[in-house]
Amino acid sequence: MSGALDLLTGLAMGLSLVALGTSRLPSLIRVAALQGVVLGTMPLVMEHDLRAMVVVVALATVVMKGVVIPVLLRRAMRTANIDRDMDPLIGFLPSLLLGAAGLIGAVLLARWLPLLPEHHESLLVAGSISTVFSGLLLLIGRSKAISQVCGYLILENGIYMFGLLLISSTPLLVEGGILLDLTVAVFVTGIIVDRIQRAFDSLDTRKLTVLRE
Amino acid sequence: MKESLLILVPLVAAGAAALWPHDRTRPWFLPAAGLAHSLLALWLLVHPPGAPWHPWLGYDPLTRAVLPAVSLLFLVCAAYGVSYLRLRAERPNRVFVAAFLAALGLMSAAHMARHLGVLWIATEAVTLSSVPLLHFNNTPRAFEATWKYLLVGGTGIALSLLGSFCLGYASLHGGGAGDLTFAALAAQGAGLSRPWVLIAWVLLLVGYGTKMGLAPMHTWKPDAYGEAPGIVGAMLAGGVTTVAFTAILRVRAVVDAAGAGVVADRTLLAAGLFSMLVAALFLLSARDFKRMLAYSSVEHMGILSFGAALGGAGLWAAFFHVWNNSMTKGALFLSAGNIRRASGGRTIDEVGGMSVVTPRSSALFMTALFAVTACPPFGPFFSELLILRAAFSTAHGWSAAFMLVCLLLAFLGLSRVVFAVVYGRPPRAARDLGRRFKETLPVLVPPLVLLVLALWLGLATPDVLREAWSSAVGQLTSTP
Repeated sequence: MSGALDLLTGLAMGLSLVALGTSRLPSLIRVAALQGVVLGTMPLVMEHDLRAMVVVVALATVVMKGVVIPVLLRRAMRTANIDRDMDPLIGFLPSLLLGAAGLIGAVLLARWLPLLPEHHESLLVAGSISTVFSGLLLLIGRSKAISQVCGYLILENGIYMFGLLLISSTPLLVEGGILLDLTVAVFVTGIIVDRIQRAFDSLDTRKLTVLRE
Repeated sequence: MKESLLILVPLVAAGAAALWPHDRTRPWFLPAAGLAHSLLALWLLVHPPGAPWHPWLGYDPLTRAVLPAVSLLFLVCAAYGVSYLRLRAERPNRVFVAAFLAALGLMSAAHMARHLGVLWIATEAVTLSSVPLLHFNNTPRAFEATWKYLLVGGTGIALSLLGSFCLGYASLHGGGAGDLTFAALAAQGAGLSRPWVLIAWVLLLVGYGTKMGLAPMHTWKPDAYGEAPGIVGAMLAGGVTTVAFTAILRVRAVVDAAGAGVVADRTLLAAGLFSMLVAALFLLSARDFKRMLAYSSVEHMGILSFGAALGGAGLWAAFFHVWNNSMTKGALFLSAGNIRRASGGRTIDEVGGMSVVTPRSSALFMTALFAVTACPPFGPFFSELLILRAAFSTAHGWSAAFMLVCLLLAFLGLSRVVFAVVYGRPPRAARDLGRRFKETLPVLVPPLVLLVLALWLGLATPDVLREAWSSAVGQLTSTP
């Protein structure tokens, strides 16, 4: 059981690194979506006795993160007619290196943190920290609105991984509410991305500099 | 059960407004729902319900101490909104009215949340429902502001979710069940794993502090407040910030029960003083009179945080200040909205001499300036005085002196801008534009009502409010 979970966690961590290294927006969206699907399947391998609600939440996660959100983002990308984040604020190689350093740091940090005995051997905490870090890097380091949304998604994925530690104690109603909020958030962001594209004729957030002191 | 109506009435009204076919009559949903909400909130203020209605949601003493202020502010903004939306008849208002009402229901839910997860869901939902309100003006500037609001606010709120999970893990690690209700967490008290509690506190303070607008997480505020319509700015500054403040207070109570209250207070104190400093410095160089209001809000959030850090009497005064902040900020935003519309400008380079063009709104704006900068006999004077007194009596003399300097600088900065807007010679364009803007009663009475309320709070603080604040302090500081 925990072997499968560690495999999935490792996969999710690798996908964050791929996201940091890619310049093409379609592949960035695909990586974020794939990571969402990987996360969605995690509860299924974690729980020993599968409650119906766990399956529902897992399925909802896969559908939302793997299908609905990527479709929304791809549509926004197509209306904007761009597919590359040409000049990011933090280059692709430096952000990849930073991400790798963050991964090592996360593993060390997870070792230092006081964990429950059953989580000692698990990669989940390290995976969560490194994914959150990668998400923040994308949010800060990229200049196109869509890449920043993908960064936000990856950040959320990292937090979701941490939430899995609590899956047996958090009421699934709450989990469901959180998932719904996130979907609406991305939906709303997609609309704003679309409007920014129309208003500024660009999705380069560095052009959003009218408002300053 | 009655308290559930505080959430349901605005949400149902939002649904009805979304389906209502006529743009002209739809804005009336705002004051109708606002009135019902206020009556209910005030009734519950006077007749507090006994046990919480649900383990996850309830009108507990903390809710009782602050929610009626938000509700009153909403009612006044809603009354103003009817005439505002009539003036803006060229913009479709279906989404605006529905989202504004939904925001009220969700804010009530967030104030009443007794479960970390529910609190997060409600706060995030408030954030999302205010997005269509922010870009109501449909200008590129408005979209830029909305984008920053989403990105900064979204990241902040994401971190607070991580913090919530960490607090849950603190409970699991300490041998608890991982129950995320505040009551269960506080009952576990010292049993919570200390390192996880501290990590959770930092993340939750950063997360909800972003929503509240504490420096240095305030960067979205000037843009959002500068571009949003006046009533939206007023609700953001007087309602959404209150949600975040109560969230921080609820978390602080858990951290305190876990035995890390000293650390929590120290960080709140530092965040409060830093916010006041940043606000004062930016106010000194502000030129845009709506963005200026955002920095004034950062300053007042700093005062709230400082008051909360002092505990006891300071916390009591902070609740007092929540009310004063809601009323005076509302008056400032609404009168500034009038001036903005009459002048067509936003900075003191474009706007001047508004006392000639819109004499009544200018008088209100000027009076609101004195109210918000804590001139007696308005409420903020008394609440800030009480916070200072609490600071001196708890050996925080230097911090109090620092706060006084910041207040003075903020006063200089604010009054510089307001005087430049109100006095002097109006530019020609403003005269022509101003002639078309009529200072009718519906746009003058709402800010006036808020100012009168601020005055009343200062001169004759009702006993029921004093008692409500005391019991909220009791709820937050009682150690099980």
